[in-house]
Amino acid sequence: MAVLAILCVSVASTLVAASPWRPWTARVGVVASALILGLGVQLSVATTSAPQWALHHSLRADPLSSFMVVVIGAVSLLATAFTSRTMAQEMATGVTTARYARHYVVLMQVFITCMLVAVLTANLGVLWVSIEATTIATTFLVSHRRTDGAFEASWKYVILCSVGIALAFLGTVLVYYAQLHARGPSHPASLDWTAVMSVAHHLDPNVTRVAFALLVVGYGTKVGLVPMHSWLPDAHSQAPAPVSALMSGVLLSVAFYGLLRFRAVAVAALGPGFPRALLIVVGIVSILLATVMLIGQRDLKRMLAYSSIEHMGLLAIGAAVGSPLAIAAVLLHVLGHGITKAVLFLAVGEVSHVEGTTEISRITALLSRQPALGGIVGFGLLSLVALPPFSLFASELAMARAEVDAGLWWAVAITLGCLGIIFAALVRHARQTLMGARGDAPARALAPAPSPALTALLVGALGVCVALGLSSWPLQSLLLHAAHAVVP
Amino acid sequence: MSSTYVGTLELAAGAVLLSSVMTLWRRGVGSLVSMLRLQGLALAVVAIDLGAHERDRALLVTGGLVLIVKGLVVPALLRRVARRDPGSRESNPRVNVPSSLVFAAALTVLSYVVGTRIAALAPGVATDLAPLGLATVLVGYFMLVTRRRAVSKIVGLLLVDNGIALMTFLLTSGVPLIVELGSTLDVLLVVVVLQFLMVSMGRHSRTERLTEMKALHD
Repeated sequence: MAVLAILCVSVASTLVAASPWRPWTARVGVVASALILGLGVQLSVATTSAPQWALHHSLRADPLSSFMVVVIGAVSLLATAFTSRTMAQEMATGVTTARYARHYVVLMQVFITCMLVAVLTANLGVLWVSIEATTIATTFLVSHRRTDGAFEASWKYVILCSVGIALAFLGTVLVYYAQLHARGPSHPASLDWTAVMSVAHHLDPNVTRVAFALLVVGYGTKVGLVPMHSWLPDAHSQAPAPVSALMSGVLLSVAFYGLLRFRAVAVAALGPGFPRALLIVVGIVSILLATVMLIGQRDLKRMLAYSSIEHMGLLAIGAAVGSPLAIAAVLLHVLGHGITKAVLFLAVGEVSHVEGTTEISRITALLSRQPALGGIVGFGLLSLVALPPFSLFASELAMARAEVDAGLWWAVAITLGCLGIIFAALVRHARQTLMGARGDAPARALAPAPSPALTALLVGALGVCVALGLSSWPLQSLLLHAAHAVVP
Repeated sequence: MSSTYVGTLELAAGAVLLSSVMTLWRRGVGSLVSMLRLQGLALAVVAIDLGAHERDRALLVTGGLVLIVKGLVVPALLRRVARRDPGSRESNPRVNVPSSLVFAAALTVLSYVVGTRIAALAPGVATDLAPLGLATVLVGYFMLVTRRRAVSKIVGLLLVDNGIALMTFLLTSGVPLIVELGSTLDVLLVVVVLQFLMVSMGRHSRTERLTEMKALHD
């Protein structure tokens, strides 16, 4: 029942948000996200014994999908909490009118609903449809500010993601084709997850190989993996901060969830070799690219965007290993990265309101002028570079150990080298903005600092990252259950 | 197996590829849209022909849907853009037209090399034509990469999509109806979104600045 309840909450909040704009409609999303988070936690516990089904088996929740619901709920709670503040600021400065504020609120809810459908559907085809639908919803969110840059970013975003995701559709069709001819025509084929997995061992290897390659490039586009990553920095830097938080924090991981599912199919049909080789190459090249782009980065938002490419690369390498422990670490990383990145995008959004820019060289001494905001950005960056006690440290360590166990020590060596360089680069950028000489910094902030409640929310979210890092105990068994959904 | 079925299928699948190659040859927006409409109609014929042959009601419904969306609605939407800007031509493609046609031929050969391996799983009249779909996809990509105008890029995207639809019909007689409905709706929405962006950008800066794409960089 929790499965249906989650989608009902999400759809209902979309409908409520569609009423004419009033300040309270901005709060609908917060309530909905909190409910989704709560129901997601309940679902995670409930599905450890057996998967749950709803709506004539068209919806299905196993521990993996329940975990993704928790991630979606947590990040959207952070993002929607900033809706009313963002809209109020934009309306005050004339960037937005009531009409576009209403569009924004509705699209945010549509976006969240599409992601929930993607992780809760039983059908791999519907998974594709809903991930493609997120592209449409987020395009208008990226172009929300209606500047030249915003339109350009959303144009690139639609073109690249539609082309990429079209490849994923072709891959899905080829899996269906292989399945049609796996056992003879007497068995009705469908794209249902359990049906596909039940014949996965008998899929034609030639067709499955082509299909998986197409799926890696296709879903990889939405994940932000090389070679189709170039939309990501533009879209993340042009969208309003809460949208970037949601896109970077969960949308990338929801697309990655699609890859995790299809990896299981490919491993069953082809053995572990080919999927592993493909994911490792894509992952390492993504990390190398992110490293190069982070060294000389001049803009805070683009810096966060390239860091997302780096973290998605780490996830790809973790998934390449594919042992239960590696996948559990990947999932912990998804949660830790989602929360950290959302906090950072929201905080940097506030920085851009207060300072009027996100250019690294033009922001100095933030810590002494805006202690709370500067502190959040500082600790967020420490979490992002995976210092202990934050949870990203625990998950990166666990992934590295799983990689060494699988004999991939060379991949660990390359990754650690890159992570070292990224650490140095981010610390340098952080020193510039947070400390630096006070010299020519503007005397007065351009906008009031966020309310104590919002500040507390961001601090609390970072606290959750610390708690997850210090003791993964409440999550450990849930994560392993979730990993076993895609590892036999 | 009736010869009308085979003949119609071959003719229509061939027409899908032919119309995509023609889009590389013609430069005016109006003729691009005509080619796209021809392709949509041919695609619908493929689906209906297969559906009638296999007595597959879902596929017939899909065929009707393709006829309406890809044969009528999408070309009409693009035609509206073309009318706003009647003299618009792809004046300076990155690869000129004769070379583009040579590339199209090479891509078709490549699709036969790859496609026959896929079709080998279940040889048959329909599956053996699947490389035509793959060739359409590749020509669409080529168009996306080498053409500068926004309309041409939308047409390229639609070619990719039609090629994939052709492969879907030929290899699997269509995916389950719910997925088919969802993907068709998505395509339609993407076209609407792209048009909205084109119009908004045009209004913002009078010229089609999309093709420049220079505001955002590292």
